[in-house]
Amino acid sequence: MIRATINNVEIEVPEGTTILWAAKKAGFTIPTLCNHPDLPPGGQCGICVVEIEGLPGLKRACMTPIGEGFKIKTHTPRIQATRRQLVELILSDHDTSCLTCVKNNNCELQQLAATVGINTVDYKNESRKKHPIDHSSVAIVRDPNKCILCGRCLTVCSQVQTVNALAVNHRGSETLISTAFDAGLGNSVCINCGQCVVHCPVGALYERSATEEVWEALHDPDKFVVVQEAPAVRVMLGEEFGMPVGTLVSGKMHAALRRMGFDAVLDTNFAADLTIMEEGTELISRLTSGKNLPLITSCSPGWIKFMETFFHDMIPHMSTAKSPQQMFGALAKTYYAKEKGIDPAKIVSVSIMPCTAKKFECLRPEMNASGYRDVDYVLTSREIGRMMREAGIDMNEMPDEHADPILGEYTGAATIFGATGGVMEAAVRSAYALVTGKELEDVEITPVRGLKGIKEAEIDIEGTKVKVAVAHSCGHARALLEKVQDQMRKDGKSEYQFIEVMACPGGCVGGGGQSWGSNMAKRARRGESLYAEDRSLPMRRSHENPEVQAAYEKFLEKPNSEKAHKLLHTHYFKRSAVDGKILPG
Amino acid sequence: MNLVRNHVLISIDAGTIMAGARAVEKALVDEIGKQGLAGEIAVLETGSIGATGQGVVIVVYPEGLYYANVAPEDAHEIVEEHLLKGRPVKRLMMTEMPKQQVIRKGKTGLLKEQPRIVLKNSGVINPENIDEYIAAGGYEAIERAFTELKPAGVIKEVKDSGLVGRGGAAFTTGMKWDFASRAPGQPKYIICNADEGEPGTFKDRLILEGDPHKLIEGMMLAAYAFGGSKGFIYIRGEYALSIERLEKAIQQARDYGILGDNILESGFSFDLAVMKGAGAYVCGEETALIESLEGKRGHPRNKPPYPVTEGLWGKPTVVNNVETLANVPEIIRHGAAWYRGYGTEKCPGTKVYTIIGNVATPGLIEAEMGTTLRDIIYEYAGGIKAGKQFKGALVGGAAGAFLGPEMLDAQMDFVNLREYAAVLGSGAILVMDEHTDIVDMLQSVLHFFKHESCGHCVPCRLGTKELVEIIDQIADGKGKAGDIEKMVKISEVMRDTSFCPLGQSLNLPISSALKYFKDEVYGRVPAAV
Repeated sequence: MIRATINNVEIEVPEGTTILWAAKKAGFTIPTLCNHPDLPPGGQCGICVVEIEGLPGLKRACMTPIGEGFKIKTHTPRIQATRRQLVELILSDHDTSCLTCVKNNNCELQQLAATVGINTVDYKNESRKKHPIDHSSVAIVRDPNKCILCGRCLTVCSQVQTVNALAVNHRGSETLISTAFDAGLGNSVCINCGQCVVHCPVGALYERSATEEVWEALHDPDKFVVVQEAPAVRVMLGEEFGMPVGTLVSGKMHAALRRMGFDAVLDTNFAADLTIMEEGTELISRLTSGKNLPLITSCSPGWIKFMETFFHDMIPHMSTAKSPQQMFGALAKTYYAKEKGIDPAKIVSVSIMPCTAKKFECLRPEMNASGYRDVDYVLTSREIGRMMREAGIDMNEMPDEHADPILGEYTGAATIFGATGGVMEAAVRSAYALVTGKELEDVEITPVRGLKGIKEAEIDIEGTKVKVAVAHSCGHARALLEKVQDQMRKDGKSEYQFIEVMACPGGCVGGGGQSWGSNMAKRARRGESLYAEDRSLPMRRSHENPEVQAAYEKFLEKPNSEKAHKLLHTHYFKRSAVDGKILPG
Repeated sequence: MNLVRNHVLISIDAGTIMAGARAVEKALVDEIGKQGLAGEIAVLETGSIGATGQGVVIVVYPEGLYYANVAPEDAHEIVEEHLLKGRPVKRLMMTEMPKQQVIRKGKTGLLKEQPRIVLKNSGVINPENIDEYIAAGGYEAIERAFTELKPAGVIKEVKDSGLVGRGGAAFTTGMKWDFASRAPGQPKYIICNADEGEPGTFKDRLILEGDPHKLIEGMMLAAYAFGGSKGFIYIRGEYALSIERLEKAIQQARDYGILGDNILESGFSFDLAVMKGAGAYVCGEETALIESLEGKRGHPRNKPPYPVTEGLWGKPTVVNNVETLANVPEIIRHGAAWYRGYGTEKCPGTKVYTIIGNVATPGLIEAEMGTTLRDIIYEYAGGIKAGKQFKGALVGGAAGAFLGPEMLDAQMDFVNLREYAAVLGSGAILVMDEHTDIVDMLQSVLHFFKHESCGHCVPCRLGTKELVEIIDQIADGKGKAGDIEKMVKISEVMRDTSFCPLGQSLNLPISSALKYFKDEVYGRVPAAV
């Protein structure tokens, strides 16, 4: 333990603790800007500097470990003046059109300027260049004029996700964060996961918004607008209305959407149960045949593009089952339209997702199994929050309401899709029943829960041992898959039979479409909340969902049937690791 | 071996090549052949003799006579008159024989002789021939290390010598090696920082061009001392001749079994590779250099951890400057006590300076630590050009300090200059005469920093930009009251909060310009109301 004082407050902290965290313990919040609790410090901004008695200069609190006997001051006149100077310099290089910025009121720079007491900016920066906004991506918009070069997006893209779509181009005051050859995110290896977006402290990265299009559809009396909501949305949306992190608002969410004027409020969770039927059946058939093992899940569109770009040899291992969003989309304009007697041409299918990659997924050319665009518009959780506020809806005031039939019923297995390990757990619950004809007594598969990067478990299905692994964040997925590649190269097979991958840290609860200022602690709380909903539901196994059963009886026949294959399954492409474009052949 | 009557040394370095040294060399050889002197006169290539800006320079031995600005058409006259008839060609002789080019300690007894440790062989031996280096005592040090000193002895000797890093930071070299020797992790690396980017500095280039084997031996000694097994020379990409000569020298050393496995049966294995830098100033900062060497963008790393514990690819790494390493073979050959005979108590040894600007004879000299600025300018560099007055000097490169006339008698060494809030830095001395505009100088320095800022941290990236905007206004006659105070404020924030020494050091030229030339700078902006 290290003993030191911070502003004369004595503290004792473990060796290696940074001054920033030690100060927190002493009750002082040192202002920061580039620092993010989940990322290694980069030291770009210098805002967190402190004075250490006897040492020359100022030291960055975010990256300086506290030393024995340090006497630290965090807000001397010199420090205050320095911080203001730095914030002024940053503001001199920043597009300060705050009122029209997507991050207005959620901007960390705005808050910092207020915290350190900026009332004028002394610097002119007359040579500041105006940069074009990057609209090349269907999912993410990048505005270099707002960028403060804190480097968080770079760190998360390169170190957490190992995608490296973003890089530093040029240098000095010309420095820009951009893509290879300045070609734009849409022409890069970007997987659209949106981790850069949720880590950006300012308004330099945000989703390509579809709110205007959805408003237009809602206001159009000729359209029948259906909406689906991903599992992870219901544990985040409350935050948009000031509720504690992780508050479960499934019922309030349905009520709010209904009040916004959606013609049918359905639920992605229905399709999650359906996914389990398809993917679980696929798992059993692969286990039986022994071919293309391990089977790898395919719910996460960021992960799909990552795999298509960097792991071409894993394509045969991928589950062909579409993601729940796209299964839902295919059924909404076929089965649902038929059952409800609605002209599918009039259906506008909207999905609310914790995800930016879903915007890319719904636009993939092959996602038109219904004969129409299966999903028309994807809104992030943030966008629907904004729309609800514009509609004058306060989530806090909403009653609990149920989603509409016949794509609105769900089990606990579906709702845990939103947390890392959830798909795996749901699949095991049903696969066990499908193989043995018996129900798993204890449905909670705890080894695959939690925020460890790579989780492993061995499932005993009446004597058959199935080794499974779960990875969240593409960095961990990469590590896991490299291990699989290694094993296959050496032994011709992998130790794993089934692998779940989610592109985002924590799974969908940590998706790129979730609230600003996401961090691992918040992701964990949202995940726990999903497991709580699972426990509270009367049905916890996908195959018990009566609406799913009905869909098979009336329309799809049986899992992996020809019809199911046409509507609910897909195929993958090899992509270039230079620009992410589909490779010929 | 043929005994020859005369040796003609032709200085082949980047500067003289541009001036046409190769053509002169060919003309001389042809002419010697034509006049039937081929067996009597040998033409030898050597590195720079230290003079710059004087065209092609040749030296004729045994006379020790220097010719400057030699052209191919002069070959006939030189061969016929001097080499055949023994009558020196007066019109080509160096008029005012600059002391730095010829005099070595103990040879003439003159007051201002040069003690040449680092530059001992430069301009004397053929840098492309390992035998000449060996004949001059080369690779004796590594032999002494293997047989007598052993790794601990080498570290002790270097520690005792008081050698500090010549790249600018002046950290004790022996300490650095000691830390690296104790650091856990294998393999360990030695990197030579030859990315000489400080404006006005070209000392490393002339060492590399003139005596590449000395650097190789220095790196071997370092690696042997701390347990390194692989070395990299990170060299400025523009240094084409240095790269060529280094690669040649490395190959020769390999052929002689001086590099490779189990060198001279010592059990010590070591090899070297040359890596070219792409021209960013910040890559002279050791952690940015390491990043660049790893194939990444040259951004500085946070310290700690220091490279000695976590450097190249996360392994213990020593980064030393060319000049630092070039000191080591002589220290090991002659011992720490001998080395301490040079320089000052706190700062032993010599320093290689590049003197440029308004002096009579710009060039490269090696002087003892503690030599005054006055001696360097007036004794070595021939004083101010065209009889003008000394105004000041920018010492230590762009990141150095301006010094005024009151500093002429200050002893130049790393420790002493610190007391005057100045630095020795890279050893570049840019001399200004009375007509130099200090605002113009400052403007040039600030533009350099803005151009070279890597962009990683806020204070440097935006501070340099703001400083340039202000100084441009002042230089343009559009300065406003308060502008200078604003510049000082920004440079202080940069000093306190910049991520690496690049941004931290910009305060020095600004504060020193205001210290010695305050009236002149303030005279350029309207007085505060």
